[in-house]
Amino acid sequence: MTQRMTYRFAKLAEENRPAFVTYFMGGDPDMETSIEIMKGLPAAGADVIELGMPFSDPMADGPSIQAAAKRSLAGKHNLPKCFEMVRAFRETDNETPIVVMGYYNPIYIYGAERFLDEAKAAGIDGMIIVDLPPEMDEELCIPALERDLNFIRLATPTTDAKRLPKVLSNTSGFVYYVSINGITGSAAPNPDAVAASVAHIKASTDLPICVGFGVTNAEQAAGIGRAADGVVVGSAIVKAIADSLDGGKATSHTVSNALDVVSQIAKGVRGARA
Amino acid sequence: MNVQNPNSFKNGPDEEGQFGIYGGRFVAETLMPNILELDEAYKEAKNDKAFADELAYLNKHYTGRPSPLYFAERLTEHLGGAKVYFKRDELNHTGSHKINNCLGQILLAKRMGKTRLIAETGAGQHGVASATVAARFGYPCLVYMGAKDVHRQSPNVFRMKLLGAEIESVTAGAGTLKDAMNEALRDWVTNVEDTYYLIGTAAGPHPYPELVRDFQSVIGKETKEQMMEAEGRLPDMLVASVGGGSNAIGLFHPFLDDDAVQIVGVEAGGKGLDGDEHCASLTAGSPGVLHGNRTYLLQTSEGQIEEGASISAGLDYPGIGPEHSWLKDSGRVNYVPIMDVEALEAFQLLCRLEGIIPALEPSHALAEVIKRAPGMDKDQIIVMNLCGRGDKDVFTVGEALGVEM
Repeated sequence: MTQRMTYRFAKLAEENRPAFVTYFMGGDPDMETSIEIMKGLPAAGADVIELGMPFSDPMADGPSIQAAAKRSLAGKHNLPKCFEMVRAFRETDNETPIVVMGYYNPIYIYGAERFLDEAKAAGIDGMIIVDLPPEMDEELCIPALERDLNFIRLATPTTDAKRLPKVLSNTSGFVYYVSINGITGSAAPNPDAVAASVAHIKASTDLPICVGFGVTNAEQAAGIGRAADGVVVGSAIVKAIADSLDGGKATSHTVSNALDVVSQIAKGVRGARA
Repeated sequence: MNVQNPNSFKNGPDEEGQFGIYGGRFVAETLMPNILELDEAYKEAKNDKAFADELAYLNKHYTGRPSPLYFAERLTEHLGGAKVYFKRDELNHTGSHKINNCLGQILLAKRMGKTRLIAETGAGQHGVASATVAARFGYPCLVYMGAKDVHRQSPNVFRMKLLGAEIESVTAGAGTLKDAMNEALRDWVTNVEDTYYLIGTAAGPHPYPELVRDFQSVIGKETKEQMMEAEGRLPDMLVASVGGGSNAIGLFHPFLDDDAVQIVGVEAGGKGLDGDEHCASLTAGSPGVLHGNRTYLLQTSEGQIEEGASISAGLDYPGIGPEHSWLKDSGRVNYVPIMDVEALEAFQLLCRLEGIIPALEPSHALAEVIKRAPGMDKDQIIVMNLCGRGDKDVFTVGEALGVEM
């Protein structure tokens, strides 16, 4: 686990509050705006940042993130620009953990080792690669762990007791519990069911459990944050960005729209155990 | 890329579901338990005589197998070289080879206790075959089809509706097979408990490439027997079109270890490989990861997937089954592109010479036969997989030829 990730979750545990993990798509709608949003996230209440890497065929994503990926790619976003964003962010913040999230093919084409070395150098702490289950650990997970980068695995409602040890093996940083069977930005999760699942996973690991998929407002975030070590919000932020655009281009309120949503939901996360 | 020749070309996939570096299980965690369950169910079914018997019964009495191996006498005479035979899978119930796979998979879905079917389709042949087995076995069925394909394959859309299936027109991306497959995967991840995903080609996460190949291999097995009966020997060459590659792997697989048999796979060259309007993943693509497997893909230098383009909706896919990728690297199969215009000419020639209206997909294979047969000896033999009939394509062909209907 990187120091940044360890310190952040230790500090949050001390304060007895869940982490607020915010996802947005890098390069959406353009680099400059995207960097500005990223730099504003910690002050708006984000504890961990998930930086989306666009892919042409996001099979696990709903319409909001599909559209964000399309905008990002239209602006010629790519992995070197993703690293550039992280370097820009690290100029002023060397404490907030950054996790990149995306699909495997762009990394495979870039070269897995090259990707990991450059990610580490840029100041990235870990990665969530949707289409690399434990069965494919040799591809990226093992080389990432060798470089002391976190490989964060998704556990889902279909992860039964038999499967769980496999999912937890080689996982580091935190466990991302996907609260519903489905794609990003779909139905809201049931807090009681989520709490039971979190307890079930916690029995098998000391890692923090962050819960995401379907959390769109402060009230839901508070409900999830009571039991989970972290709450992940993505589509709601991505949608706030989309709603601010004019003909696909950033406007004067794009950054504030995104950060306002983050601030609002942060209140729910911070008040979860109050 | 070259790999060392194995002792047998028929041993794949390995325990990890890979053919060399190709294949694998690149899917979201939500789907993993389902994919492992399918793997188990298929391993059991393979060793269950009752499963084999039921499939054989359906193949014979429902599909009408074995399909004939037909000597195309007038075409052979016209080309003036090798003898040309057609494996006539276009005569199957539903009009293509797709039914072979659908019957096998619906029996698996039933064994697994799944209650709902989803499928993706390009030309609509797999959609029709899926809707057919869904009706036959009393399953609700939702077929994802790209909006562009819904338009250009309208007769098949209506057939699916008649059979009781629902059609979801997919507007994401370019609205073709790739986008339909993305949507089907999104549905599956959402309805993973009760839904069986009936993949139409020998691609996707393991074990799909293996089981689709096995169900389609009935084509090659029959061809071997029928060829021995007709000519007393194996053919010199096999030719089949490849989109995802299921009809081709079905014909090729039983022959892979017969060294004397040359094997040719024909990709959609579209409007030419120089531009971006083609679907020749093997000839013009590079290895990457999409839709659950590593295989040759049409992609940018940054690993973003490109849209394919072909006059044939069934070949309009930027990837290819992983076993074909491995067969290409190993050199066992030779893959070549055929352009839209060549396929159109072959289509018309077959109509007039043999009284058979072929689908645009095997018309690509036929165009390659037309190139090769004249240069071969008269005692040599080519078998081509005539994997689909062309009724669905008459409007597309009419439009391409500038005919008002």
